[in-house]
Amino acid sequence: MSAELAEPASKIELPAHVGGGGEIPTFDITLRVRRYDPEVSEEARWDDFKLTMYGTDRVLDALHKIKWEVDGSVSFRRSCAHGVCGSDAMRINGRNRLACKTLLKDLDTTKPITVEPIKGLPVEKDLIVDMEPFFQSFREVMPFLINRGHEPTKERLQSAEDRERFDDTTKCILCAACTSSCPVFWTDGQYFGPAAIVNAHRFIFDSRDDAGDMRLEILNDKEGVWRCRTTFNCSEACPRGIQVTQAIAEVKQAILARKI
Amino acid sequence: MTATQIPSPRSGSTIAPQYRRTGSSRGNFEMLAWLFMRLSGVVLVVLIFGHLFVNLLVGEGIHAIDFGFVAGKWADPFWQFWDLAMLWLAMLHGTNGVRTIINDYAEKDATRFWLKMVLYAAAAVIIILGTLVIFTFNPCPVVDGVQLPGGFCPA
Repeated sequence: MSAELAEPASKIELPAHVGGGGEIPTFDITLRVRRYDPEVSEEARWDDFKLTMYGTDRVLDALHKIKWEVDGSVSFRRSCAHGVCGSDAMRINGRNRLACKTLLKDLDTTKPITVEPIKGLPVEKDLIVDMEPFFQSFREVMPFLINRGHEPTKERLQSAEDRERFDDTTKCILCAACTSSCPVFWTDGQYFGPAAIVNAHRFIFDSRDDAGDMRLEILNDKEGVWRCRTTFNCSEACPRGIQVTQAIAEVKQAILARKI
Repeated sequence: MTATQIPSPRSGSTIAPQYRRTGSSRGNFEMLAWLFMRLSGVVLVVLIFGHLFVNLLVGEGIHAIDFGFVAGKWADPFWQFWDLAMLWLAMLHGTNGVRTIINDYAEKDATRFWLKMVLYAAAAVIIILGTLVIFTFNPCPVVDGVQLPGGFCPA
């Protein structure tokens, strides 16, 4: 098994000045990561990491490089690494972003890039927060189909127009970027938060669902939709581009229309 | 080897206590407050700009404003009602606005409670005092049998 597995020779002759194929420009960055480990110290601190990264790299790649090559104790969540699972929401240069969808070249690389855990939820370690309060609010709005009619023998049909009504809010990946960007949620964590309202909206405006009134009643709570101050932080933070503030406004109007 | 106990990820008891919502209010107060802010805001725009227009632009404009001008306006029930509506709507609108700011920014329940008490007390004093002034206003006050200086009161 000692046979050399040499790269097959290229079939195309490249002139010298083109250089190697796939050569990507590199640049140096400083990644300033918020570190917290309650087993070591109650105080959080900043750690700077100097890295050489490529133009195609994302913040997540920089974090991988740190964890795999520099400091293995840096902790963060990520699963799919391609903007689908919503695990790696974090505060990058003061804005809530998915680390796997933020290219380093789009950030100001002349200054240190700060990476912090999302705000308003208890930090467990480094960039990992306790998501349980977030998911509790999500569960409270009953994010599942409730239909009191007879069980159909085939799928529940819906017109294209009816489907379009809640299309925007079906895109949510529960990354918590919106809820943890909301200043009302930061204060005391009592507010249901944009994500729970978006997921309620998804079913309230679904023609196949029969429990819209129950969800509207839940969100008419003093910690419900009326705490929204329309600061648009959530719409700005959403990595899926959901018009979150608009969805909240539609739920407000639905509650008003039902009561008056 | 002892079995490791992993807590159920969906048990509500694992939520940090400060996030637990206590005493769900199922009233409509917050909705009505939200609606009041929008409606009173629209009405206040009309009332305030009407007030500014009549006081500052009509006739001699700002040079006509003196004690007599105000006394003349408050002799008319129309302006009494106008100013009363402006006072009540502006005070309730402003008080509710500050109430939401306190709710948003005060972190401790005790701080929140006392700030709101101070706010409500201040609002109540101004609303009651202002209402009394509008309805009991006397342009020719007599103190100890002597008329206060005015010049426009019938002797």
